[in-house]
Amino acid sequence: MTLSPAEWEAIRLSLLIGLAAVVWILPLGIGVAWLLARHEFRGKALLDGLIHLPLVLPPVVVGYLLLLSLGRQSIIGQWLYTTFGVALPFTWQGATVACGVMAFPLLVRALRLSLEAVDPKLETAASTLGASRWRVFATITLPLAMPGLLTGTVLAFARALSEFGATITFASNIPGETRTLPLSLYSLIQSPGQESAAARLCLIAIAIALVSLMASEWLARRTRQRLQERDG
Amino acid sequence: MANMTIPPMAPPLTLQVEQQLGNFQLSARLELPASGVTGIYGHSGSGKTSLLRLIAGLERPQTGLIKLGEQVMLDTQQNLFMPSHQRRIGVVFQEARLFPHYRVRGNLRYGMPRPAPQRFADIVELLGIEALLERMPGTLSGGEARRVAIGRALLSEPQLLLMDEPLTGLDGARKEELLRYITRLTQQVDIPVVYVSHDADEITTIANHLVVMKAGRVEASDALNPLLNRFELTRELGGFDAASLLESKVVAHDTAYGMTHLALDDGQQLSVPGIAVPVGSRLRLRICARDIELATSPPANTSCRNQLNATITDTTILPDAPHTIELRLNIGELAVRARVTRQSWDELALASGMQVVVLLRTLTPLMSH
Repeated sequence: MTLSPAEWEAIRLSLLIGLAAVVWILPLGIGVAWLLARHEFRGKALLDGLIHLPLVLPPVVVGYLLLLSLGRQSIIGQWLYTTFGVALPFTWQGATVACGVMAFPLLVRALRLSLEAVDPKLETAASTLGASRWRVFATITLPLAMPGLLTGTVLAFARALSEFGATITFASNIPGETRTLPLSLYSLIQSPGQESAAARLCLIAIAIALVSLMASEWLARRTRQRLQERDG
Repeated sequence: MANMTIPPMAPPLTLQVEQQLGNFQLSARLELPASGVTGIYGHSGSGKTSLLRLIAGLERPQTGLIKLGEQVMLDTQQNLFMPSHQRRIGVVFQEARLFPHYRVRGNLRYGMPRPAPQRFADIVELLGIEALLERMPGTLSGGEARRVAIGRALLSEPQLLLMDEPLTGLDGARKEELLRYITRLTQQVDIPVVYVSHDADEITTIANHLVVMKAGRVEASDALNPLLNRFELTRELGGFDAASLLESKVVAHDTAYGMTHLALDDGQQLSVPGIAVPVGSRLRLRICARDIELATSPPANTSCRNQLNATITDTTILPDAPHTIELRLNIGELAVRARVTRQSWDELALASGMQVVVLLRTLTPLMSH
């Protein structure tokens, strides 16, 4: 089966937006997860709640909120446009933002759990050996939280690939710009006589999902093996 | 370690700290010597570990001043706090705390401020961990892991090494082995050590200065043997069963009877069941006050082989033991504690300044030096 240019376009956009979303939320997610796992501060519960909102709100609501806060009429949107010439709504960058926001809580949850599992006594020991806070984090905390980081990244990527509601609300459904796989499928279902095209996309989506699942399984197995090698 | 007293020199560690932890109040003023091993002794909950954490910079007291030499590490009046990673104070914790994702070699190298292959090789050899370098920490035994942790701390080139009950959780043989390694390194590596323990044997083996902690306060701080000989500390040192130390030198091994002959500094001789240490080495012995018997003249027929001439110097009666007399004796230059009942004191007509013969029932050889 050969893929049509439109199908290729949807696959390309899906992967691009999914990867870009993971790339921008990764450093932020690590920072926030570390903050939540290792520090007590005022407003911690509020921050935790805000991060988890996209998990419980209808995606359309998240998209609408993004439109309100980052749209061209908003303060941030205006600033982005005048300083960088970037407009988020109706662009693939906007889709990346929407996917990232939706995937963020999954990344933070996985990462926070594994950061909390890292024994703070090891971090203390490292600091008595002369390691700065940054070095402790980079050489002790993060490597020991690697399994959680991998799981979180895979989960976040999968969530970004399948993201529909927030994307269509914030970035719309523009062919070649924001029309990812789920959006293409939705468009095909909306138009009469496209059943076989929809079925093809469906198969493609299943194939991509399977490949990513197998890849993440392989990665997880490798990490486990490496940790076991370390133990004996 | 030949002398039990430390030559006077500038105190490297000055401590004045007050800290409220829940309803536990830690309050310490201390000046610790510039070299050798300072033991911090106290029951659990006496504040030993808290004190150690303050010195390492792992906790911040409400008020206080901590100076190492001339270097101010903490001064709450000036709002000065040097974080732990800048203090260059090595810590050996109760658990080894090795980094599970680094090999032993990586753990050892972690804190090294600069490449120092010779120092690395020396310390690895000193601790007998050459064979472990490529192993992962998960595969080490308890004793091996502790040795690696000690090596790791030493290789970070600390100005002071803190050890927090490093023998905790090891069985008898492992404990003795590790204690031997620690004793060796305190003699060969020129870093002052602060050694926290609640174990009398451990601390009398290793320390030359002792700090006694009780309920968050410093009860006493002095060179080891003078401190052990202080009557008013008998209760605090109860775990010691009021013992004191004798420094001796191995002069001969008697293979026929399997005994080792020792000489004190004043030339008097002792013998103990054979110890595998070369002739000429120093040996520290511990004697409990209750294991000493006094006689006014050398007894003719006794199974006790260890008889020494001594002079009674001081006596006291402790309020919680009115039937006994605590006394201090001089054996040559060495002060030793003993204990007799008031009845035998009167019947033998003993008195301060009198020459007596002491019979030593049990002598515990500590580490060889």
